[in-house]
Amino acid sequence: MTVLVIADHRRGDLRDVSFELLTAGRELADAAGTDLHAAVISGNTEAFADELNREGVDTVHAVDYGKEFNHDVYSQAVTELTKSLEVDFLLVPNSVNGLDYAPAVASRVNWPYVSDAVGLDYSDGTLGVTREMYGSKVETTVEIDDGQSVVSIRDAEWPPAKGDGNAPVLTFNADINEESIGSTVTGFKEVGGGEVDISEADFLVSIGRGIEEEENLELVEELVNVTDAMLSASRPVVDNGWLEKNRQVGQSGKKVAPDVYLAIGISGAVQHVAGMKNSETIVAINTDPNAPIFDIADYGIVGDLFDVLPELIKQFGAEPPNF
Amino acid sequence: MEYQMKVLVTVKEVAIVQDGFEITGTEINDDHLDYDLNEWDNYAVEEAVQLAEAGDDVEVVAVTIGAEHSEETIRIALAKGVDRAVRVWDETIADADLLDVETKSRLLGAVVEREDPDLVLSGVQANDDSFGATGVALAEEVGFQWSAVVNALNTETVLDSGVASVRRELEGGVEELTDVDLPAVLTIQTGINEPRYASLRGIRQAQSKDITTCTIEDLGLSEDVVESSLDITDMYKPESKSDAEYFDGEADEQAAQLADILQNKGVVTE
Ligand SMILES: Cc1cc2nc3c(=O)[nH]c(=O)nc-3n(C[C@H](O)[C@H](O)[C@H](O)COP(=O)(O)OP(=O)(O)OC[C@H]3O[C@@H](n4cnc5c(N)ncnc54)[C@H](O)[C@@H]3O)c2cc1C
Ligand SMILES: Nc1ncnc2c1ncn2[C@@H]1O[C@H](COP(=O)(O)O)[C@@H](O)[C@H]1O
Repeated sequence: MTVLVIADHRRGDLRDVSFELLTAGRELADAAGTDLHAAVISGNTEAFADELNREGVDTVHAVDYGKEFNHDVYSQAVTELTKSLEVDFLLVPNSVNGLDYAPAVASRVNWPYVSDAVGLDYSDGTLGVTREMYGSKVETTVEIDDGQSVVSIRDAEWPPAKGDGNAPVLTFNADINEESIGSTVTGFKEVGGGEVDISEADFLVSIGRGIEEEENLELVEELVNVTDAMLSASRPVVDNGWLEKNRQVGQSGKKVAPDVYLAIGISGAVQHVAGMKNSETIVAINTDPNAPIFDIADYGIVGDLFDVLPELIKQFGAEPPNF
Repeated sequence: MEYQMKVLVTVKEVAIVQDGFEITGTEINDDHLDYDLNEWDNYAVEEAVQLAEAGDDVEVVAVTIGAEHSEETIRIALAKGVDRAVRVWDETIADADLLDVETKSRLLGAVVEREDPDLVLSGVQANDDSFGATGVALAEEVGFQWSAVVNALNTETVLDSGVASVRRELEGGVEELTDVDLPAVLTIQTGINEPRYASLRGIRQAQSKDITTCTIEDLGLSEDVVESSLDITDMYKPESKSDAEYFDGEADEQAAQLADILQNKGVVTE
């Protein structure tokens, strides 16, 4: 039996989740009494393998093929690794690239796939995976009968593995069938540029779907004016085209860490929280007392933004716009 | 030369839980559930309809695995311009505890085999189960190419040359540019377009569009397609980890306390 984790990297750097995977993998390997193997595919595998060689890792495998992520290469390499290393548990990142190959691998090895794990519990031959459903409103335990499975883990749920390891680094010669590569990565593009840089603000007033209509943004803009804050937003506000992409906080937007982050009408989905949880002080205004944003807030107002914001604007001596 | 093209859109009617919901066993009581078209699928539908509008001869078919009441949601897609729909359902599916990714990709795969589309658009994830996996698993099941988390699609190359030039939205404001050969499954990310609202005329027309119902047997599959080695053994409301200090009172009192904090933290000066 083996636990295999697959590292995530992009444009020359291993992503943090790679080291978190090592921790999750080690815990699972201990519970199941197995070894922990790590694999890295493409890019500067030598340097990556060296970095992945942390305490608790038994073997590192390097698949030297191409520079950047390609899901066809990953799917083939991971499937081969899984088969030839007699893997029982394959742990992958629930990153955007993970989403692009893990379901295909699960299908090829004919194992169940459980995504976005926030907890793993192995006992008596059964793996229990804790995950969220219904936009974080409930948590579930999913048990996997015969164990063997592909599980993707959520970012930042496990601490990164630390300490130098002394695992052997092996080259794995994956037999990549070039003919079956039907997708070609032609480049990268940075988005969300422009003059506004929300990551530089001391005070962010951030608005979410709770604002309901584009016209209502006027209310938030007035608060931004009177407090000299900067305006940012959750994804739906940007998706709707109400604000520019460079205002978006979160996994696919900007990471911010202002002195104060005021989240208004934002539920606190994991992809949003990923971009703002390191803020010094977090304040949330939300009608739903159970909104996950309150889990990370320092101060909370359970209330309607259309009641609270006008009052807040008045506190700073201005007249709220009429609605 | 333009292709005659068929686009299949996978759509799910998702359950949305209301405040104050209760859980019995491993299910949420349905008196606190609302139903709607999955947010991501709404964008997939729009993308498909826009392709049809840009091309000469493009048929758009929606497919769902869902109980009878999901037809209401399917009608929304039809009202927005989808030509017809296929709904997969029967007693065996209804009795299954969990439709996992494997089951869903096999059922949808059988529909893909029958419909033989050039392009399948699905959502990045379903809002309720959040597997984020069905589209890619489906591609693998039917031997299509794929691309996950697509937030831009070049309509011209799809219609003219059988290649989907897409942008994949990675983390941290970086997009990957990728070319994918058709036939392919793309999982569509929110924000790729601006989904339209159904017009009154559309809603009227949708009433006469066809929704074909298919059982597992109709699809030529056997009942064990719903067997899963996954089992939901527990469902609960997550413990609140909140140690926030709450401001109580009326809105003006709450606002006053918040104003104090903002001043104490030094981010607002008067
Ligand atoms: C691959 C991927 C990447 C993503 N990247 C990002 C990202 O970078 N950034 C991001 O933000 N999201 C991202 N998302 C989307 C994320 O999953 C959520 O859908 C999104 O964050 C929800 O935004 P929201 O909180 O504004 O909306 P909702 O979740 O709909 O929450 C709205 C909140 O407003 C509250 N509310 C409603 N009315 C009022 C009122 N009158 N007064 C006060 N409160 C009110 C509600 O109680 C609710 O909590 C990503 C998703 C995926 C799959
Ligand atoms: N029951 C279903 N019927 C039709 N399509 C579905 C169903 N479940 C999932 N899908 C499609 O697969 C996508 C991803 O769902 P999931 O993998 O469950 O998160 C959704 O956005 C839908 O497009």
